[in-house]
Amino acid sequence: MTQDNLTMKEWPLWEVFVRSKQGIEHKHCGSLHAADAQQALHMARDVYTRRQEGVSIWVIPSASITASDPQDKDTLFEPARDKVYRHPGFFVLPDEVGHM
Amino acid sequence: MTVVATDPVHEYILHLADTALILGQRNAEWCGHGPVLEEDLALANNALDLIGQARLLYQHVAACRADGTTEDSLAYFRHAHAFRNYTLVELPHSTGLAPTARGERDYAVTMTRNFLFSSLMVLLWDALQSSNDTHLAAIASKSLKEARYHVEHASDWLLRFGDGTEESHAKAQAAIDHLMPYTQEFWSASELVAVAHERMGVADMAALKPHWDTHVQAVVQDATLHLPLADGYVPEGKHGLHSEHLGFVLSEMQSLAREHPGAQW
Repeated sequence: MTQDNLTMKEWPLWEVFVRSKQGIEHKHCGSLHAADAQQALHMARDVYTRRQEGVSIWVIPSASITASDPQDKDTLFEPARDKVYRHPGFFVLPDEVGHM
Repeated sequence: MTVVATDPVHEYILHLADTALILGQRNAEWCGHGPVLEEDLALANNALDLIGQARLLYQHVAACRADGTTEDSLAYFRHAHAFRNYTLVELPHSTGLAPTARGERDYAVTMTRNFLFSSLMVLLWDALQSSNDTHLAAIASKSLKEARYHVEHASDWLLRFGDGTEESHAKAQAAIDHLMPYTQEFWSASELVAVAHERMGVADMAALKPHWDTHVQAVVQDATLHLPLADGYVPEGKHGLHSEHLGFVLSEMQSLAREHPGAQW
């Protein structure tokens, strides 16, 4: 890490999503620094798919993500705590449905 | 132990194996020292691909010989003059005329060499897929996919260096100027290569040259760099005549195995 601070500006951060096999959704697996999208894809390949973890990669600039504020967690998530009836676990499944 | 290959095809496969092994060893020198973490991993992947190719090739030669030769005896117990790698791949990561074994590494040299070499290997592995040695053909088809990624990775960096800052441009240009003459060895006359290619039913190296020239010229031009003439001294690493650098590479690579002969790990 001997780069001159003038030329070695910090590269932007990218979030990496990898699809482990066809038909499965892309899952967030981490982040990395890269100069642009193409380089981020290369680096994601080298950092996150070395052990055959994936068949497809998405990268998006971390700055594009709008995240909820951890301070709001009581307001956002607490009200759902006592509403277990929102889970469909109270229905009796007819046998004909089989495995669901 | 000095191993003398008698079959020209086996000797040729050693040339492929040694070249892959030595470049793998060189690129592995970046492990833990990469310019950024992501590139550190990328180079380690590249080195492991190359060492993996070397292992398959050594194992193939060892199996053909069936005289007790093993991949380890080929990699760890031969002297520099028995190695058949291109001189290009044993050079340090530096453009200095007399770099020390522990000299400062220049990533532009690493990427430029990977670019020049893997641009050859995508063509050569492709050609070797039709070898009548079906085992070698299978290794070629596996290695081709790896080489394609190596070209992509190295070309990407060459473009960024060439078309980047004034300093990165100058370093990339110095790397090309330094390394191009060594690529003459890809094409220089060699009975070893000519006889082996003929035996395997594979086109001569000369058939690959126009494609390599076109590809290299195009990428170098895109990178706003200038391709120097490849002239001057023609290295002969593939015939066992090496630069002073190979000895240093081998002593580091072989010391452990020679210290503990027969050790398992």
